This record gives sequence, C-alpha cells and structure tokens, in this order.
Amino acid sequence: MSPTFDPSTPEGPDTYLQVIAPDGTRNRCEEIDEWVKDIDVPALEKLYIDMACIRRLDSEGTALQRQGELGLWAPLLGQEAAQIGSGRALENDDFIFPSYREHGVAYCRGVNPHDLLRMWRGAAPSGWNPYEVNMANQQIVIGAQTLHAAGYAMGLKFDGSSAAAITYFGDGATSQGDVSEAMVFAASYQAPLVFFCQNNHWAISEPVARQTTGHIADRAAGFGLATWRVDGNDVLAVMAATRAALAHVRTGSGPAFIEAVTYRMGAHTTADDPTRYRDALELEEWAAKDPLDRIAAHLDTLGADLEELKKRSGAAADELAAGLREAITTMPDPSVDDLFAHVYSHPHPGLEEQRENYATYLAGFAAEAQGTK
Amino acid sequence: MKTLTFSQALNTSLRASMERDSKVVLMGEDIGKLGGVFRITDGLQKDFGAHRVIDTPLAESGIVGTAIGLAFRGYRPVVEIQFDGFVYPAFDQIVSQLAKMHFRSRGNVKLPVTIRIPFGGGIGSPEHHSESPEAYFAHTAGLRVVSPSNPQDAYTMLQQAIADDDPVIFLEPKRRYHVRGEVDTDLVPDPGSLYRAQVVREGTDLTLVAYGPLVKTAMDAAAAARDEGIDIEVIDLRSIEPVDFGTLSASVRKTGRVLITHEAGKFGGIGAELAASLTERCFDHLDHAPVRVTGFDIPYPPSKLESHHLPDLDRILDGVDRAMRRTPELLGEEG
Repeated sequence: MSPTFDPSTPEGPDTYLQVIAPDGTRNRCEEIDEWVKDIDVPALEKLYIDMACIRRLDSEGTALQRQGELGLWAPLLGQEAAQIGSGRALENDDFIFPSYREHGVAYCRGVNPHDLLRMWRGAAPSGWNPYEVNMANQQIVIGAQTLHAAGYAMGLKFDGSSAAAITYFGDGATSQGDVSEAMVFAASYQAPLVFFCQNNHWAISEPVARQTTGHIADRAAGFGLATWRVDGNDVLAVMAATRAALAHVRTGSGPAFIEAVTYRMGAHTTADDPTRYRDALELEEWAAKDPLDRIAAHLDTLGADLEELKKRSGAAADELAAGLREAITTMPDPSVDDLFAHVYSHPHPGLEEQRENYATYLAGFAAEAQGTK
Repeated sequence: MKTLTFSQALNTSLRASMERDSKVVLMGEDIGKLGGVFRITDGLQKDFGAHRVIDTPLAESGIVGTAIGLAFRGYRPVVEIQFDGFVYPAFDQIVSQLAKMHFRSRGNVKLPVTIRIPFGGGIGSPEHHSESPEAYFAHTAGLRVVSPSNPQDAYTMLQQAIADDDPVIFLEPKRRYHVRGEVDTDLVPDPGSLYRAQVVREGTDLTLVAYGPLVKTAMDAAAAARDEGIDIEVIDLRSIEPVDFGTLSASVRKTGRVLITHEAGKFGGIGAELAASLTERCFDHLDHAPVRVTGFDIPYPPSKLESHHLPDLDRILDGVDRAMRRTPELLGEEG
C-alpha cells in the first residue's frame, strides 16, 4: 500500500528512498542500491565537489543580483543533491527540458559562465544554444516545458533512438494542466521521458500541501508512470533513482516519474521575501538535512581526507566564481538590432519596416549630436 | 488541372507534403481512422502509418506542446485543431511557447509547426464551432497567420505553410470546405507568394478587402455593385500576418476608398489594423474614411441568428454605399 499523506509525518526512510542518512550513515536501500554500487570514494568526492561548485554558483548569482549585475536570480540553495544526482546520471545525448532553477543541471552540461548568466542579466532572452548542450533554454511558464519534453520523447521513440528525455519542474507545477497532459501524452505513446519533480516544499509562498493532499509521486502512478519517491537531499538516492528511471524508459516501458523531496533554503527569487510566509524553525530542520554535510559525514566514515576534499572543492568553486565574475565584466550589452533579430526565421516586412524606422529615428539623434559638436 | 473540393485540395496538399518530407507528421483528435471530423486527413493514416498521422489524446495544449517538442527534435508537425473555439486551451503553448521559442533561443530553435484551424461560421452549429480567432494570433509576434479562400490556394498555401520554418496559423474557412474548383497540382508557386495578397477582381472605385470565407461574398457584392455602376476592386488578403501592404496600398491609392470585411468582431479586429495602417500609408489618396463591415462584438450567436451576425452581400453593399457617400454615415455625432 502506498503511504498516506500527513504533512506532520516527518520524512524518513519510511516515506522515501534514502541511501545516505542526514548523519552520514549508509542505509540499505534494496530498491535502488544496485544503481550506485559503482560510486566509490573518488566518485563520491566528485559529487561533493560538484555540489560545492553549484552552491557557489548560486551564492554568486545572488550576490551579483544584489550588486546590480543581474536583474534577477532564482536560488537553488538546498537543491544541490537533486540537481547533481540527476544531472550526473544522464548520458550526453539525453535531452533536458528544465524550468528556470536548474543552474546545477546546466553546470553538469558544461554550460559556460556567460551562458549561465546572460538571461538573468537581461542581456538576452536565454543563455545557451540548446543543441550544443542538449538542454532546452529555461522555461518560465510553470510546467509548459513538460509537454515539449513529451513531444521530444515521442520523437525519440519514432526515431528508434536509445536516448531519453528528462524534464524538471517543481511541486507547484504539478497543479498545472500541462504537467498532467504531458503525463497523459508520454504514457499514451510510451515515450522515453523521465519527469523529475523537485518537491522543494514551496511554490513561492504556497506550501506543497496547497498543491496536493497526497504524495506527488502517487499522483504520477495514477497516470501509469513508474515512480520513485526519493530523499532529494541525498545525492546517491537521487542518482540511483534517476539511473533506474532512465533505464526503465530506455527499454520502451513507458515514462517514469521521480519525486525528489528537497527544500528550497533560499527565496523563490531574489525578488522574494520568504520571512513573510515561513517559519525559521522549518529552515533549521532542513538545514540539518543538508546535502553537502551528509556526504562529507559519509565520506568521513569511509576514511576520506575531508580537509583535502574541502580544499579541492573550495578551489574548484573559487575558479567557477572567478569565471562568473569575469563573464559579467566582459559580457557585452545587446545591440538595438537584437530587439528585432530572431522574432521570425526569415524576413517579415512589417517588422523590417519598424526596424528601419527606428534606426532612422536613432540616427537622427546621432546626426544632431554630430551637428552640435 | 483537377476539379477538387476545398477539403480534397487540403487532403491532396497534406499528402504531397508528407511524400516530399518524411519529417512531416500530422497530429490531432480523430484524424486517423476517422480522417478528422471534416475528413481533411481522410485515408492518410492508412497510407502513411500511425506514427505520421497521429491520433492524439483529447487535450489541445498537449497537442500543441508536444508538437513543439517534436519540432525541437527535427519534425515538422501539422496540427489539426478540431474547431476554432477549441484552440483556446492551447493558447499558452501557442502564444508563449510556439511563437516565442525562436526569439528566446536566439534563432537556435526553429519550430516549423503548422496549426490548421477550421474557422468561421455559417454552418449552423452550437457555441464554440464558428469562431474567428485570427486577431489573437495576428497580434502575437512570432506567428504567421494565413487563410486560403479557394481550392487552389488551399492546395498551394498549405504546402507553403508546412515548408515554412516559422510557425504558421492556417485558418480554413470551414463553410467553404465543399466548394469545388480547378486545382493545378503541378503549380510550383514562387516561395514568397504565401504572404502576398491577390487582386482577384480589378476595379477603379473602391478597394474591397476580404479573406477566407468572405472572399466569395465580396466577389458577389462586387458583381452586384457593377450593376449599380460601381466598379469594385476585390483583394483576397490571403496572409493576415504579415499583411501585403504593397498590394493593398497600390489599390487604395488608385481607388481612394477601402472597405474591409471579416466575420470576426469589429473592435481590435484585423479590419481595425488595416484601416489604421492604410490611412497612415494612403491618407492623401483617400476620398472617404475606411469602412469596416464585420461581425458584431458579441459571443458567436445561436445559429438561428447567425445570418444577422455574418457580413453578407447586402451588408457589404451597404458599406459600399457609405464609402461612396450614397447613404448617411453610421457614426453619430456623439461617436
């Protein structure tokens, strides 16, 4: 029987799959253990460094926004395990359809600092070329990208490809019709798609209990999807479940759904003030489940050199941060021509006329300035 | 030359597109075995298979959203929305996704998706089956919106729309589906012609602009006006967005008068845009303010009242009389 939902029930190995407990002890988790049996100490250390890097990417993003270098930033603090565990489970030719908070997944794809920040700075409508990194641009309309992922996965199936698609969204998105429709379509065509829900407990100010009276993963099961509900702050559990889900969808057995139970430690965006709607005690409770601390604690039990690891991860994070700052200082502002570029793929007479008229208008100022010299 | 109905011309056109490009896939509700409620896709699933003529779950946002995903993957989907009034559940996917992806991705992602929508009234149906949503889509940057008025254009324009790398809203005048016409299936249209208006009747006294279902009515009105000594030039707009202002302006500068007619409501409609733009472009040539003959600004009425709502020959001629100053102006002093 699937567990019934009671918001007051504390999450733990009884409510979700967990490989590493918050105190760093390793649980036996038969359902998914085999999927991460290859993850040895060096591999765990790599995951730790990845998480430290995207935590730094995130704090830099927030700092750059505070300094006026970015217009907005959507923090991922607290969701490092969910993003690294899943991002590192993907093959290069798997295609990702993210929301707007998946900086950590983009980092896994090797997206460069310019491209990570370009959209948030307001210098362009998006960052990277999706086809260079097999990751669509950020999606801001909640849940809309899940349908694109379903269509893409249908295409994979029609093509006989062995690749899969994965789409990221939050707990709030599960209330959107598009997410339900995406599950209907993906199930109907048995498309190779993994739905990856980061249940971070808050949709801006609304708690997850406003979106659902049961576990989100249970809802997916109703659409006929294979589902995994995992501790989203446990990078090994997330990686194991994502690998299992990807293997499932690659066999043509239909789509899969992962609910990664995590927590948004920061604000919804830099424009948000979470002190207005949530209790500091809740933050403390989740801080005790920190994704990085538990892997460090676990590595400690395995006899790893933590001091050396923290030195390495700090150096990697510093390098990333320096790259981000360099990107901001060297990023050119867009030109006026960018206003009109790419609205259509080939010339549109009405838009051409507006572009020319505006250029003439601007040239008038330039001529005037010249004349007064 | 073949004699085909409008709907046969569309069917033949889809077939030609699918034969030419294996990435063309059709998606929609009931388009497989049934061939669509209007039979536009009749026989295509049998010949091309269920992976190219895809019966979809009953969810319009899902249809358009997954078409976007397929286009992301290199497909060229042609979506059938069963009736005009059922396109709105897909509005976000069309307006915020389909229209904007090319701009958002800075030209990296092309979405060559064609959305076919049977539109307009005159078929005696209940609510949501007779609407004219063109202005919503024409107002959205990133979309192109076209409407054929005859079987030849149905055949040619649909193939051009499918071949276009931009998303195209393809509005099919459903009350014209059964009209027959000569179709040259060997015609190779010049690539830019999809977005050009066509002078379908030359005249000197007034320019009458129509598209889709009302082109035939406009031609009938022009013939009737001829009997009263008024020589009307009729333009089939064909492309609602972009508008071929070159053809329109040349005509209006010649005639000095313009009347625009459409089934959609007047306020904020295509006629408003054409009237404003043609006034800007041709002000010194105008002998009268542009006149609009349109549907009323009401929800589409029950079928026993639709003949009042839809512009017909007499209402167009009444508009012609106003443009020619043969009857008093309709707009009151308080207007």
